[in-house]
Amino acid sequence: MPRIGVFVCHCGSNIAATVDCAGVAEATRGFPGVVHAADFKYLCAETGQNLIRDAIAEHRLNRVVVASCSPRMHEPTFRKAVAQAGLNPYLMEMANIREHCSWVHADRQVATAKATEIIRMVVAKVARNEPLTAKQVGLTKRLLVIGGGIAGIQAALDVANAGYQVTLVERTPTIGGKMAMLDKTFPTLDCSACILTPRMVELSQHPNIELRTYAEVLSVKGFVGNFEVEILQKARKVNHLTCTGCGTCWQKCPEKNVPSEFDVGMGRRTASYIPFPQAVPNKPVSDTANCRSVRHLAAKERGEKLMECRVCEKLCPTKSIDWEQKDEIIVDRFGAIIVANGYDTFDHSVYGEYGYGKYPDVITGLQLERLMNASGPTKGEVVRPSDGKHPHSVVFLACVGSRDDKVGRPYCSKICCMYTAKHALMLKEHDPNIQTYVFYLDIRAAGRGYEEFVRRVQEEYGSTYIRGRVSWIYPQDGKLIIKGEDTLLGRPVEVEADLVVLATGITAASGAVDLMQTIGISYDTYGFINEMHPKLRPVETNTDGVYLAGCASGPKDIPDSVSQASAAAVKVCGLFSQDYLTTDPMTSVVDQMKCVGCFLCEEVCPFRAVERETLRGGKVVARINESVCKGCGLCVAACRGEALNLKGFTDQQLLAQVTALLRA
Amino acid sequence: MTSEFEPRIVGFLCNWCSYAGADLAGTSRTSYAPNIRIIRVPCSGRVDPLFIAKAFQEGADGVMVLGCHPGDCHYVEGNYHARRRFAVMHRLLDYLGVDKGRVMLEWVSASEGARFARVVNEFTDQVRQLGPAKRPVHSF
Repeated sequence: MPRIGVFVCHCGSNIAATVDCAGVAEATRGFPGVVHAADFKYLCAETGQNLIRDAIAEHRLNRVVVASCSPRMHEPTFRKAVAQAGLNPYLMEMANIREHCSWVHADRQVATAKATEIIRMVVAKVARNEPLTAKQVGLTKRLLVIGGGIAGIQAALDVANAGYQVTLVERTPTIGGKMAMLDKTFPTLDCSACILTPRMVELSQHPNIELRTYAEVLSVKGFVGNFEVEILQKARKVNHLTCTGCGTCWQKCPEKNVPSEFDVGMGRRTASYIPFPQAVPNKPVSDTANCRSVRHLAAKERGEKLMECRVCEKLCPTKSIDWEQKDEIIVDRFGAIIVANGYDTFDHSVYGEYGYGKYPDVITGLQLERLMNASGPTKGEVVRPSDGKHPHSVVFLACVGSRDDKVGRPYCSKICCMYTAKHALMLKEHDPNIQTYVFYLDIRAAGRGYEEFVRRVQEEYGSTYIRGRVSWIYPQDGKLIIKGEDTLLGRPVEVEADLVVLATGITAASGAVDLMQTIGISYDTYGFINEMHPKLRPVETNTDGVYLAGCASGPKDIPDSVSQASAAAVKVCGLFSQDYLTTDPMTSVVDQMKCVGCFLCEEVCPFRAVERETLRGGKVVARINESVCKGCGLCVAACRGEALNLKGFTDQQLLAQVTALLRA
Repeated sequence: MTSEFEPRIVGFLCNWCSYAGADLAGTSRTSYAPNIRIIRVPCSGRVDPLFIAKAFQEGADGVMVLGCHPGDCHYVEGNYHARRRFAVMHRLLDYLGVDKGRVMLEWVSASEGARFARVVNEFTDQVRQLGPAKRPVHSF
């Protein structure tokens, strides 16, 4: 016979403000099987847990219902608490009367009645709970890092330094990410490359790290500790084992007019290329869309004529050019994954008032970084893209693709106020006679030394800050006219500029949603990863064994990305410090007496957890491999003979909840 | 009077998206109609059509099944199975004499607290308009 104890939590005033907790506890005493009910201010506190443990002993309880917050919050806490009292942890169920009741209903009577009904349903369920035992499985102590920006680099180095094997997959030909494109970093004005490139080299030479650039993750199967990942290694047409990175091929490549991705279109590159001089690995790839030799070979196959090139092949001193190289798929096993896929900047061509991206002298902040950079396309000279002249007046626009519902980006991109201030300062350093104007909505400079930095730009560097959005930019006599409103003075303003720099905001990296779906983690409307808990589990995703770092979960600056990467690395090291993982015992189970061997379950199972077993009489029935089953219950709903059930969510438990609610 | 009528609604919510979305509505203090009673299931694909039939048989006025958006299922494809079963279930409802407006399958992600509240409000209004449900059959 079930002897159920019900414990109603006040959660301070979070529940008690709208739910009469003592009254609810009193009402539950009449529910079938309930032999004890109590209410308490904070059940999750040590005293609250003691209250539950003592009651289990005193009233010989064999089932417990904790009516408090969401089980997604405190289920592990209370499972542990009842286990310490000698009860099987799976004989505890939570009734969510906070998130699903007290927080969303203001009427005390309505909320109290609803809380009572929620508990009635859970009491009916827990009466049908069975003790469950977790199983142990081994794990592969190897980490996969997706993304080679600063977050991915930091995470990979931290875990590799702890002694574990790491594979880093980066889709572009080099690691370094966006940070490698920056000239200086705010607010210290460190040279970005100077602090980043030593890390990149350290990573490429680390004995515990396997670096795979120009590669993408194709599929992820398995579960925490045992992921099976397919990685696509794109053909580079260069044998990286023999290539020394001497540079002959990219210096001699005749195709010199490809817009450089690394320079955000401000410069040109060759078809055989390294993205920038300090690239890691410092070996080229041949961009197959533009390489004349590759195009010649493709044309030949189609029976068309195109001039042969093969300059790099003829000149390569190590004979490393390999036209036969094909895309390759590598299958590997990992115990954990860190997703650090980074970000892209907002495409400002949707703004008609800024010229739909058609005015050459309206550029983005990232493009300005490349112009200011000594290794950039202009060797660090800031010039107008249209005529190559030095600008004397530069206007900055903040919040382009940030805090703007109109373009579907209501969030703040966090870094733009700071990088715009940095740009205004750097321009003045480049040319003291330059005049800078910044149109802004609010200055958001929260961070150590950030506010001081913005003040310095205004006071010492004489940048004019104008509060208001720009309504129109148009070209006139070789200059750009910027019309807007100064909302502090309440009057229209017009500024003439040689160059306009848009502080474009952060958006999810291209292909982010596809990647999240491939891995099976949840993401928000904008393509950023949802954390397991925004406050308390900020680097975990809702899939065990998959962690996140950097802008994958939303806008972040470099220090935040690096901290998150190290935090994710610690989580991985914690996981890898175990020799066995305990698996969730809430798996499907077959009643082989009822199974008729139709194997519909095998067909619907996404994880191939259904196996076939031949009984002694020759009958073939289903069996569930419990270490592979993830407990979704698809097979249970598909089974026509009711031979399958899902432990923890049995048909009986779920139907008991329906009945308890509606028959009351 | 039907204006006084408060429908009884059972909601089967998948643990990973919609249940978390309902949690988020709570955390954000987004209030909504109190009629729904939530049953947590691992996946919308766990919902046996029998549960829906059983709910009506026991006197529910409406049943909601909420899962992850297509492509986002924590179990890869559970919500696709839910969608197919639901389509079949729809036809069965006719046979049972249950108005199709009394059931709803929707997608609510873990970040859509406000959407959860809106979907619940709309469905509650819809069922309130339909009035109390007649029990389809008394036993299976």
